[in-house]
Amino acid sequence: MYAAEFDYHKASSVAEAIQMLGQYPDAKLLAGGHSLLPMLKMRLANPTALIDIGGISELKGITVNDGTVTIGALTTHQEIAASQDIQNACMVVAEAAEGIGDPQVRNRGTIGGNVVHSDPASDWPTVLTALNARFVIQGPGGITHRATRTVNASDFFKGLFETDLKENEVLTAIEVPRLNSNQLAEYAKMAHPASFYAVVGASVVITVENDRCTAASIAVGGMVPNPIRASSVESALVGQQLNAESVRAAADLVANDLSGSLMGDFYASADYRKAMAAVETRHALMHAIGLAHH
Amino acid sequence: MAKIPISMTINGKVHQAEVDPRLLLVHFIREDVGLTGTKIGCDTSQCGACVVMMNGSTVKSCTCLAVQADGADIMTIEGLATDGNLHPIQEAFWDNHGLQCGYCTAGMIMTSVELLQRNPHPTSDQVRAGLEGNLCRCTGYQNIVKSVLAAAEKMGG
Repeated sequence: MYAAEFDYHKASSVAEAIQMLGQYPDAKLLAGGHSLLPMLKMRLANPTALIDIGGISELKGITVNDGTVTIGALTTHQEIAASQDIQNACMVVAEAAEGIGDPQVRNRGTIGGNVVHSDPASDWPTVLTALNARFVIQGPGGITHRATRTVNASDFFKGLFETDLKENEVLTAIEVPRLNSNQLAEYAKMAHPASFYAVVGASVVITVENDRCTAASIAVGGMVPNPIRASSVESALVGQQLNAESVRAAADLVANDLSGSLMGDFYASADYRKAMAAVETRHALMHAIGLAHH
Repeated sequence: MAKIPISMTINGKVHQAEVDPRLLLVHFIREDVGLTGTKIGCDTSQCGACVVMMNGSTVKSCTCLAVQADGADIMTIEGLATDGNLHPIQEAFWDNHGLQCGYCTAGMIMTSVELLQRNPHPTSDQVRAGLEGNLCRCTGYQNIVKSVLAAAEKMGG
């Protein structure tokens, strides 16, 4: 399969990429290409030019400081899965990376490329929403706006294939708050058997003090255009002792949070996905509190 | 659309060309360079028939533009044997009937090279997980897994 014709430009810095985005108005940024190239080959996207940012070293790498893990937008899923720093600071992120696609997809696909695509079947949007990750965005700047801004996950994922990125902006990094020792995090998904995309995904971060849940951040994705925070489940958990019964009762409330546009297809209907959302939320919680194992 | 000059090393030999930006790496390898051991199966990064090694890690060459491989060091199935001697993984596939029609074999073997580099002592389950991105439409997985395990043993795993 061939994509429609396009021009190709290679950017050597973020500043040059931003300048090129201004110069070639219909251009798309190319990172690992594992979301964009399939779109081009299926002719679902027909940009007149690609700006290759794949060689920009300032966009690569993982750094950990006291409270934050910063992941460069060009970091591959494989690098994230294999990173000892990430395994120590935020194991759920490494595990989510390991569950994406297959080894070759993980070798080439980047976290930044994935999130700017905002595919509802992807894992990262759900996981990063539950973790309250922040998205660092660089733009041309101007009189009314700063060149660099940071957006919370809940504001970054706007809808189906839609993010908060504005014209001529580049996502440069993702900041994940480091988990404290009293925080438990887990991601569970019902994976499509061929692609391993999430039919339904649930990501949980719970804080436990003196055997009780004192805070919960839960996101579900896969059947909704962009991840939804399961606030009914969150408030049902807070104050509770966590056991199989309290977790099941809370997880069953997820349907209350799934109002609006639920998506389904020939593989899994919207109703089925809605039912599975409770199951995957329960699985994630049970794994998090150590009452179930992979 | 302007053609782009590229240069890459494939199996130790430098190849230079001017290519259309939309040319896929797999087409460059097969049609421009003439190395047809690498196959095109699904063309949608599902099946793994097109797996090659790029700068030391495996990629699906149907989901990589030739221009993205500019400057890269590529190894295809043709680069695996040395001085006419099959690579231990190739030998293990031969010895263990690891192929039926053979269409998936080049991709299976290239993936196995990386799999055994990352984990020289894999269990059968780890081999299956490592081969997630490679499909065999003959469904000959039992002997493929057997072949990779035999290769691991032969390579000192």
